[in-house]
Amino acid sequence: MNGDEASLIEVANLSVAYGDHTVFRNVSFSVKRGEVFVILGGSGCGKSTLLKHMIGLRQPAEGTIAIEGEEIVHGNPARRSRILRRIGVMYQSGALFGSMNLLENVSLPLEEFTQLHAEGIERIARMKLEWVGLDSFADYMPSEISGGMQKRAAIARAMALDPSILFLDEPSAGLDPITSAELDVLIRNLSRNLGITFVVVTHELPSIYAIADRVIMLDKERKGIIATGDPRILRDRHEEPSVRRFFNREAA
Amino acid sequence: MLAPTATPQGSLEVACGDQGELILSFRGVLKATTIHEIWLQARHELGRRSLSQGVVVNAAEVVYCDSAGLGLFLDLAEVQRKSGGAFRIDGLAPRFQGLFHQLEGRRGSQPLVQRAPYRSLPGLVGTSVVHLWQDGVALVAFIGELSSAMTWALFHPRKLRWRDVWLTCEHVGANALPIVGLISFLIGLIIAFQAAIPLGQFGAQNFVADLVAVSLVRELGPLMTAIILAGRSGAAFAAELGTMKVNEEVDALSTMGLPPVRFLVVARVSAAVAMMPFLTMFSMVFGLIGGGVVYLSLGFSYVLYCHQVVAALELNDLLGGLFKAATFGLLVATVGCFRGLQTELGASAVGRSTTRAVVTGITLIVVTDGLFSVIFFLLGI
Ligand SMILES: Nc1ncnc2c1ncn2[C@@H]1O[C@H](COP(=O)(O)OP(=O)(O)OP(=O)(O)O)[C@@H](O)[C@H]1O
Ligand SMILES: [Mg+2]
Repeated sequence: MNGDEASLIEVANLSVAYGDHTVFRNVSFSVKRGEVFVILGGSGCGKSTLLKHMIGLRQPAEGTIAIEGEEIVHGNPARRSRILRRIGVMYQSGALFGSMNLLENVSLPLEEFTQLHAEGIERIARMKLEWVGLDSFADYMPSEISGGMQKRAAIARAMALDPSILFLDEPSAGLDPITSAELDVLIRNLSRNLGITFVVVTHELPSIYAIADRVIMLDKERKGIIATGDPRILRDRHEEPSVRRFFNREAA
Repeated sequence: MLAPTATPQGSLEVACGDQGELILSFRGVLKATTIHEIWLQARHELGRRSLSQGVVVNAAEVVYCDSAGLGLFLDLAEVQRKSGGAFRIDGLAPRFQGLFHQLEGRRGSQPLVQRAPYRSLPGLVGTSVVHLWQDGVALVAFIGELSSAMTWALFHPRKLRWRDVWLTCEHVGANALPIVGLISFLIGLIIAFQAAIPLGQFGAQNFVADLVAVSLVRELGPLMTAIILAGRSGAAFAAELGTMKVNEEVDALSTMGLPPVRFLVVARVSAAVAMMPFLTMFSMVFGLIGGGVVYLSLGFSYVLYCHQVVAALELNDLLGGLFKAATFGLLVATVGCFRGLQTELGASAVGRSTTRAVVTGITLIVVTDGLFSVIFFLLGI
C-alpha cells in the first residue's frame, strides 16, 4: 500500500453529455482504499454512465479520473492498462461472452493474463463460480441460464483475476432476497478479508445498509450529487426531503 | 369496480356558461374503445372558441373512465394551457382524481426530453457529408489498429486464439462449399450457353471453352466467391460483433485489457484470407464443370475441352485470380468486423450494421476489382 489511504479513486469535476443531453456535470468525489462505496440514484440518472467513465470506457466531456494516482482519461496508455488489469467490472447486463460457457467465461482472463497451467485455471475458475453458487452450471452457456444467474456468473468473471477494485453495476437486481443477501455477505467478506475496494451501483435498501461504508446519491434533475455519506445518517438526518424519502422508500 | 359492460356509451353535451365559458359535460362510460368520437367533438368545440374563454369540464356523470378518459381530460387541459385559457374540471369522482392529478403533476414539472430537431435539406446534406468523412477516417483508423494487431499476432502466434481461427475457417470455408459450388456451376453453364450462339455464327463454338476458362479463372471465380463471402460471412461477422457490442461484451473485453480488435477481429480476418483462395479454386472447378456440360452438349469431346482449357490459361492467370481472391477476403472480413464494432445500441442497430457491412463489402470488391484490372493490364499479366 502506498501511503495515502485517503483516496484510491479520485473523480474531479466530471461532466458527461450524450449529444446535447447533459447527464451530469461537475461531479467530484473520491473512493477510499478498502471501502464499499455505493452509488445511488433514480433510474436513468446516470449511474451506469458514471461507472463506465470511472473505468475509462468513455471519454468524458470534462473532468479527470485517477485510479491509484494514475490518470485514466488522458494518461499514459501503458500504465493505464496496467491499472485497468487490476480492476474487475460487472456490467448491468452481465455481458458474458455468448459463445463461451460459464467456465470458459471465468477462465478467459486467467488464460490471457497468467502463466497458469490448464488445471490450475480450471480450479480457480470453478472456485469463483462456487462463490456465487454456480459451480454446478459450469458448462452451461449464458443463454441457458436465468438473468439473475447471468449476473452472478458475471460477478465471478469480474473476480477471476483477484482484482483490487471491483465495480458492480446493480449486482442484486433481479435476485431473490436470499440470494441477494448471500451476495451481500460475499461482498462484505471480500472487502474485510481480502481488502478489495468495491464500487457498487444498487437500489436495494437492505443491500445498501448491509454493505455500504459510504454512498453518493445522484439526481436526475439537478444533474449531480445531492448527498454523500453514511446511509443511516442520510436516512435520518439529511436536510433534503427527497434523500430521506429515497431511504425510507416513499413516493413523492 | 369493474367496468360496466352493458352501459351506454359516453356522450358529450356542450353548453355556454354565464361568463361565456365553455362547459363540456361528459356522461356515461369513457373507454378507449368508444371514446374517439367524443374526443374529436371536444377538440372541435375547443378549436371554435376564442383563446381567452375558459373551459369547464363537467365530469359528474361519468360512470367509468379508463386511462383514455383521463387522457382526454389531460389533452384538453394541455390545449387550454398552451392557448393561455383557464381550465377547470368539476365533479370527477374521487377514485379517478388521484390518477388524474398524478399524471397532470408529472406533465407540468417535467419538460419533455429534447430529441434531435428536424433538419432542413442543406442541413441533412451537410451532416451526411460529415458522416461520410468521419466514416472514412474511422475506417482508416480501424485498418491501422488491425495492422498493428496482425503484426502482434505474427510475433505472438501462441497467443492467437486458434480455436476461434479454426471455427471461423469452418464457417467461412467448409460451410460455404455447397453454395459456392452451385452458383459457380450455374455461372459456368450460363456463360457457356450464352457464348455458344454468337460464337456459333462465326463457326467458333470451339472457343467457348477458352472463354469460360479465362473469364472464370481471371474474373468471375474470385468475384462471385467474394460476393458470396460478403453475403454470408461479412454479414455474419457484422452481426456477431454487433451483438457483442450491444450486449456490452466488447466493453467487457476492453476493461479486461483485451483489445477487441486483437481478440475478435484478427482470427476472423485471417480465417477469411486463408479460406478465400481455396473457395475460389473450388468455384473455378465447378464453373469449368458447368461450362463443360454445355460444351459437351455442343457435340465436342471431353478431351478437347480439357485441352482447350489448359491451352487458354497461363499460370499467371490462376495466381492473379487467387491473389485477387485473398485480397477480397481481406476486404470483406475487415469491413464486416469494422461495421460490427461500429454498431450503436439496440437490436435494430445490429440489422443496420449487417446491411452496411454487405453493401460496403460489395462496393469495395467491385471497386478493387476494377483497380486490379488496370494494374494487371499495366503489368501485362
Ligand atoms: N449510449 C447512450 N446514448 C445516449 N444517451 C444515453 C446512452 N446511454 C445512456 N444515455 C442516457 O444517459 C442517462 C443515464 O443513463 P444510465 O444508463 O447511466 O442510467 P442509470 O442511472 O444507470 O439508470 P438505471 O438505474 O435504470 O440503470 C439516461 O438519461 C440515458 O438517456
Ligand atoms: Mg444503470
